[in-house]
Amino acid sequence: MPKVKMPRKSTNVDMTAMCDVAFLLLTFFMLATKFKPDEPVMVKTPASISEIPIPDNDIMLITVDPAGRIFFSIDNKNMRKDLIEKIDEQKGLSLTDEEKAKFAIGASVGVPFTQLKSYLAAEPEQQKEFDKATRGIPADTSVLNEQNELATWIKEARYTNPKLRIVIKADGAAAYPEIKKIISTLQGWKIFKFNLLTSMKEPPAGTAAYDMKHGGAPQQ
Amino acid sequence: MAEMDTSSSGGHKKGPGVKKGKKLSTRVDLTPMVDLGFLLITFFMYTTTMSKPKTMQINMPFKDENIEEKDQTKIKNSVALTVLLSKEHRVYYYEGIGDNPETPPDVQVTYFRGKGGIRDVIIDKKKTIEDLKRSGQLTAKDQLTVLIKPDETSTYEDMVNMLDEMNINDVRIYALLDISPVDKEFIAATEQANEGGAAPATPAP
Repeated sequence: MPKVKMPRKSTNVDMTAMCDVAFLLLTFFMLATKFKPDEPVMVKTPASISEIPIPDNDIMLITVDPAGRIFFSIDNKNMRKDLIEKIDEQKGLSLTDEEKAKFAIGASVGVPFTQLKSYLAAEPEQQKEFDKATRGIPADTSVLNEQNELATWIKEARYTNPKLRIVIKADGAAAYPEIKKIISTLQGWKIFKFNLLTSMKEPPAGTAAYDMKHGGAPQQ
Repeated sequence: MAEMDTSSSGGHKKGPGVKKGKKLSTRVDLTPMVDLGFLLITFFMYTTTMSKPKTMQINMPFKDENIEEKDQTKIKNSVALTVLLSKEHRVYYYEGIGDNPETPPDVQVTYFRGKGGIRDVIIDKKKTIEDLKRSGQLTAKDQLTVLIKPDETSTYEDMVNMLDEMNINDVRIYALLDISPVDKEFIAATEQANEGGAAPATPAP
């Protein structure tokens, strides 16, 4: 019996379609996402059912890590520059222009004013060491306390940009007294409205929030 | 798509004697380009954030030292539920505001969990208030008021969980307050009472 001759097929696959897909996805990711902000500490926020998204700009971010250390930052490079100039002037830190520029492009700071100059003068690698060793921005329950440096940061930041929204990003394991210090400081400056950063959670079934979300009136 | 048609006629029409150009394939191997594309996708997926984080809005009451006592709103004992947050995610609660030292409130302990936790306590209390409204003992304006008092040993997570519980159960009036020494005594007393035999169940994670 004669053998059936199988036509030899090329193993070359046309990559054009795959290339199209790859670049389509790439374009999508470039447009739909934004870069993760640089954070000095890892924070795992607790979950809540709240669905209010964080505002895009004019944010004052107060970060609290599990050990209760406080870090402070505001967004917008120009505002940061104005802020550090005010702080420099008020606290007499005699920062150089270079150090101020470093603050403007940097991330959250968590060092007391006394260490701020050496922190800003340091290289990024050394700054990480600072972040590990620091005890955070000193805070207190009273804004009148000279030691309450967080109060100074908040006050000056508010002068720099009055539209700032205050967002507290704290770790679930942070002790309550630290949070209380921040809340009291905000209250001391007559700020009664602020946001707590939380991760998403679905409202549990059989509760008022669940009923509201899935249509129907809340149970009375 | 990527290759152009070069094999068609064209060279022949020029007639004899005209030299035919060598036919080169314009087919390009796109594999490296695909590799590059996916590499970049991976990079973007790792370094960027997709969804914006969510926030919980908090409105603290306006604090003014100059408010006179007669202008302050008094909470009715029957609509109040006081919640004390303590160590190991424990939740102590009692009905009323606990301001009468002669009749100490019945302090109970519970945890944050789906069933049988603080949520059921809030739902029950809401029902009780509705019943009282129906029977005319409370006016229509009265609403459940929850007083949240975290102590020094509680964590931020407890506070957020409790505030979240307010949203979940649609409690309109609640306040975050400082813990009083009296409340601390309540916690200590409950702890001692529970140590004897009826220890509370293990906390839900």
